[in-house]
Amino acid sequence: MAVHDTATDRPDNLTDELISTDIWTDELVARSGMPVYDVPFVSVGGGIGSFVLTDFLRVYGVPSSSIRVLTGLDYPWQTYQYLTQVSQIPEQERLRSDSSSMPDNLWGFPSYAFREARAERTLAPLWNVVTEPILSNYWTPRAGTVFKGLQAEADRVDYWSTVVKGQVRMSRRRAEGGYFTVLTPPEGTSSTRRVAFRSRWVHLAVGYPGLKFLPDLQEYRARYDDYARVVNAYEPHEHVYEELRRRPGIVVIRGSGIVASRVLQRLIDDREQHGANTTILHLVRTYVSGAHGESIFMRRSGGDGWAYQGFNYPKSAWGGQLWRKFRTLEGEDRAKLYDAIGGTNTPKRKSWMEQLARGRKEGWYRVHVGTVSEVAPGADRTVVTKVASRTDTGQNLILEVPAHFVIDCTGLEADIAEHRVLADLIDHSGAGRNPKGRLDVERDFEVRGTRSGVGRMYAMGSMTLGGYFPGVDTFLGLQLASREIVDSVAEQGFVPKMGVGRSVSQWIKWMRKERI
Amino acid sequence: MVPTLSGRIQTRIFLLIVVGVPWTALVSLVLPRKPGGTLSGMYEATFFVLGTVIVVGSVFWEPLYHALMQFRWEKDWPILFLLLEGIPEAIIAYVILKNLGPMPKHPAAGWPAFVIDFASLWILVWLCAVGPMRVPFHRWRFRGGQLI
Repeated sequence: MAVHDTATDRPDNLTDELISTDIWTDELVARSGMPVYDVPFVSVGGGIGSFVLTDFLRVYGVPSSSIRVLTGLDYPWQTYQYLTQVSQIPEQERLRSDSSSMPDNLWGFPSYAFREARAERTLAPLWNVVTEPILSNYWTPRAGTVFKGLQAEADRVDYWSTVVKGQVRMSRRRAEGGYFTVLTPPEGTSSTRRVAFRSRWVHLAVGYPGLKFLPDLQEYRARYDDYARVVNAYEPHEHVYEELRRRPGIVVIRGSGIVASRVLQRLIDDREQHGANTTILHLVRTYVSGAHGESIFMRRSGGDGWAYQGFNYPKSAWGGQLWRKFRTLEGEDRAKLYDAIGGTNTPKRKSWMEQLARGRKEGWYRVHVGTVSEVAPGADRTVVTKVASRTDTGQNLILEVPAHFVIDCTGLEADIAEHRVLADLIDHSGAGRNPKGRLDVERDFEVRGTRSGVGRMYAMGSMTLGGYFPGVDTFLGLQLASREIVDSVAEQGFVPKMGVGRSVSQWIKWMRKERI
Repeated sequence: MVPTLSGRIQTRIFLLIVVGVPWTALVSLVLPRKPGGTLSGMYEATFFVLGTVIVVGSVFWEPLYHALMQFRWEKDWPILFLLLEGIPEAIIAYVILKNLGPMPKHPAAGWPAFVIDFASLWILVWLCAVGPMRVPFHRWRFRGGQLI
């Protein structure tokens, strides 16, 4: 096939023949005119997942020239930073993450609390981690601290030289073993429209397949073309706070997780610090009035409508009793345990709990329980939410809740097939779904069904929820998964397993900020 | 680190041997001795205590803590608990020392020596368990404290 040099007139190397062939031969790819780059290990995504995995590989001893991270991102924490910012966690605010869940330090020691204690010359963070969660709430790091640490570690392990910019289109199995990963480089950076990476290992860490709106809110936005009054907490919605500061208004909050509590705190901060006169109506499907669970051994604390939990799963899911239990369960049994420990929850934090108590007392924060039947435009540029509710005496009634704004804080995630790379994997490479409908992975995070000769494909992050390990979408989860994956490729001979000696010497290098 | 039962027991045995043995050997040199008590008498007592913490801890205390942990939703064991475990364990270890311990003609270790020995040992092991343990054993925290 002829390959044209100009950016404007280039044939697509991704031929119909390639698209329709599940397993590609070297000859088939050569025929397409796509340049092929050989590298042992390819990571697709380039977010914090790819970063943590690369960090592990580098510390174990893999040279950066043996790794290529294919990504559209400028830096690994770009998407995370964006999502935390819009969902009301600016850099000086604290994340919901444990002190030793450190994407910039695979040992998790010395922890973020140590770092803060040293930088700010105070013992308070250390006292907090020693007494949590008994005498104090969990200590969590500031978003800015995490970003700064990631930058330093990326420099130290020469992460930047592994990065290849572009949009990944697909990974396909190679007849001779391993995989081809097709990348669309940015305009003007390549003579062909696509390039291919031929590797023995592929690691997928593409993050969220996409965000999903509550169906009733999605329908409202589409039907009335109103994207200003009904917003998602994960999209920029600063205009909501600005308008509510200018004039009195009513806002409806949907959801009862960490994002809902952050958004509520922002709204109330604006009331208390900037004189906003906002009335907050909080819609929840189920009202949690206290501790709840099936037995005294499975009881989670709760109250005032919220289920309380330090992190998004019980702590033992990351390497404790629940971690072990999950590894033994299959199919329905695993799905059941997910349901038992799942459900929306938020960490107890003194500040916003006090704010909500004031709101309840003064009447500007009210909780409504029920199922939304419809959202429609109302009088005076309001949005009316119709809620099917039940009275204490068991009567059904429809509650009409008018508001100036509706903020969807439910953070629903789209189906994995919404992501092009994952959809292609399911259609062409033998990947399947786990009991929760997401990408099915083994205990070592190998994608089931995609093995290709000596090649192995791994996946981690939110797309693998429902597997043998629940805490996938967290810093510590990325570390735990990376450890499994890197030990697995080490067993296949990519790099020696890291034992006690190397672990200590590499840690000393980390402490001395020595480049590797 | 959030422990599993075997992780608890393995970590206890490992730290008490690797950190506890040299510490006991050192601290015994400076512990206050009763009049007439010898250094070897002191060693007999302190190593008896160390052995008690290893054996009774592994067969009695850790299974008990594990059972208590089942009442916690998160199935976790805060590091404050890890520190406070030392109090009941010290009391029982003292009772065992007094009743079943070595009985030399001139006992070397009185209760002040016991308190210093036990408290320093406990705090040192606790400090190792809450952080530095992860440096040589980077997989340890992802496996509920199991070393093998």
